[in-house]
Amino acid sequence: MSAASTEDVVPITVEFSGGLEMLFSNERKHKLSIAAKDESGLNSNVAFLVRYLCDNLMKDPRKDLFVLDGTVCVVPEHVLSPALTIQRRPGILVLINDADWELEGEDKYEIQKGDNILFVSTLHGG
Amino acid sequence: MTSRDAQIVSLRNQIASCEVQLQRLRDQLLEAENDRDISSRDTSGQISLGLGEIAPESLPAEASEGSSHQQNGDKVVKLWPLDKHEYRRYGRQLIMPEIGLTGQLRLKSSSVLVVGAGGLGCPAAAYLAGAGVGMIGLIDGDTVEESNLHRQILHSTERVAMPKVDSAIASLRSLNPTVKYIPYHTRLTAEIALDIFEKYDVILDCTDTPASRYLISDACVLSQKPLVSASALRTDGQLMVLNNPPLPPGHAQGGPCYRCVFPKPPPAASVVSCGDGGILGPVVGTMGVLQALETIKIIAKGIQRYSDFDSTYLQKGLPSGNSVPDPHRLSEPPSLLLFSAFSNPPFRSIRLRTRKAKCSACSAQTTVTREALKSGSLDYVQFCGAVSPVDALAATERVSVEEYSRIRDGSIPAEDTKTMPTEHILVDVREKVQFELCNLDGSMNIPYSIVARSSSSESGKPSSQAPSEDDWVAQLRTLANDKPIYVVCRLGNDSQLAVRKMKEMGLDSGGTRWIGDIRNGLRAWMKRIDPDFPEY
Ligand SMILES: [Zn+2]
Repeated sequence: MSAASTEDVVPITVEFSGGLEMLFSNERKHKLSIAAKDESGLNSNVAFLVRYLCDNLMKDPRKDLFVLDGTVCVVPEHVLSPALTIQRRPGILVLINDADWELEGEDKYEIQKGDNILFVSTLHGG
Repeated sequence: MTSRDAQIVSLRNQIASCEVQLQRLRDQLLEAENDRDISSRDTSGQISLGLGEIAPESLPAEASEGSSHQQNGDKVVKLWPLDKHEYRRYGRQLIMPEIGLTGQLRLKSSSVLVVGAGGLGCPAAAYLAGAGVGMIGLIDGDTVEESNLHRQILHSTERVAMPKVDSAIASLRSLNPTVKYIPYHTRLTAEIALDIFEKYDVILDCTDTPASRYLISDACVLSQKPLVSASALRTDGQLMVLNNPPLPPGHAQGGPCYRCVFPKPPPAASVVSCGDGGILGPVVGTMGVLQALETIKIIAKGIQRYSDFDSTYLQKGLPSGNSVPDPHRLSEPPSLLLFSAFSNPPFRSIRLRTRKAKCSACSAQTTVTREALKSGSLDYVQFCGAVSPVDALAATERVSVEEYSRIRDGSIPAEDTKTMPTEHILVDVREKVQFELCNLDGSMNIPYSIVARSSSSESGKPSSQAPSEDDWVAQLRTLANDKPIYVVCRLGNDSQLAVRKMKEMGLDSGGTRWIGDIRNGLRAWMKRIDPDFPEY
């Protein structure tokens, strides 16, 4: 990216654990830069990030294994309506800087520079 | 049966009967030792500090000081709170301030239930027995299998086919015969959970299904017991201490329960078992050891009970004036420990939410009641969605291993290729590492994970789609597109789904090429065709 555009993007780290990495090219850790503002000019939040991940990072077509409301991911029209809330798929925890997203405002949390967002799938083996 | 086989069976039987005899002798020894201890105490007028008889809170002050004196004839006998052998056995942990005499007495008078005697339960129970927990209950309905042994360290080769609970207790007893062990040869069910949990101070979830995790959490909330929950798969593990402090439903200061963290179960299709996904012994072992550690911490600190909290504390979230809880006794804030053996750093602790105001189990609006649980009206298996066996194909799309074997040796022709009897393509859809373990000659490997990942044209227009077709599809398309394709996997589930997918991708050339699977997979091939084919 050019130096001029660094103002408009937020560098973050996104991680996947508990088997979710398999949906993301088997990579656990991804360093990304996402747009600082979403389509309607608001600060990018976690809901925006999840849509971004579905559209850009997730090569696996089984979007329902990552988010509950799969339509958010695949139908482009919906990407343009950021009012839609993202529901985490049951069995997935979303962690913002090592804290449950429920402590941070869930999908409305506004992404900050350097944030670490971790998606963890529950394990059941023993 | 060869004579060697007969000899093996006979030896197995002899060993099993010796194990039973050994068990009986150990029981008798323990009983005799207990009798001796009790009678020596009786004659000296000593108070009994037997297993589980005295709650830590009610220990007489002088017993904790270790300074009581008793007159016995004309000799002054100094009485010690622990037996002599206990100072020796637990000496290395007794001298640590985190345990000390008080902690050891609490361990001795405590009881712990380990649900599941597998990869988590074995190491957890071993360390708890070693540490001198007074009573350990073990619940499991399974028997020991050879494939358990790489991680379930209380079992042994000689004890394959023995109930896991008996095998585990035999090991535990040789580790520490002074602990009281209670076996439950059953799978935990909702009907029996509360009656069993009531007898214990801390519950360990060492099970391996979502249904049992919800059941155990609900029963812990209802019986007000702290829950130490762990799980593991492949190279990852997770650990949570839940419902700690174990306050009644509706008390916000109580620790969150499993439903607070995971209100809804994951889709059944996304749940992977150790049998399917694999598990590394030390990974699950690490998690079991950590469960034992958390349990020892909870017990040594003194389990917080409802009576430790008065209404002021509960309302304001502050310790009250006259019963200020020791800050060391306050429960740590709820967290989830993630272990990832191949990541750096391998451990990571996550802050979890507190009790959820609308939790269906631990809030004031709870719908999970004692009555509902006991009557069996809460169907946990249904709640978590049973995975029904895959039945994706029609009978004409499937062949048995016998039929396929005859196709291979040419005694019957492969589907639709009357001219060239053995001409067919065999696709093995197991993951690469399994394929490399063993495979049928001439098979090609296309892992199901790759098949599933390929997007077939979203709306059923096979030709106009993707500019770059996945490699495997292109390969199969060009590979003599009239040859029938036989798909095989380990058990015969993924093979069916792969056949579906291949047809969706148009690989059946509009129905002119036969594509089907081999029923029950390589497991059936090993059982019915080639007994030398490895089973794993
Ligand atoms: Zn709860």
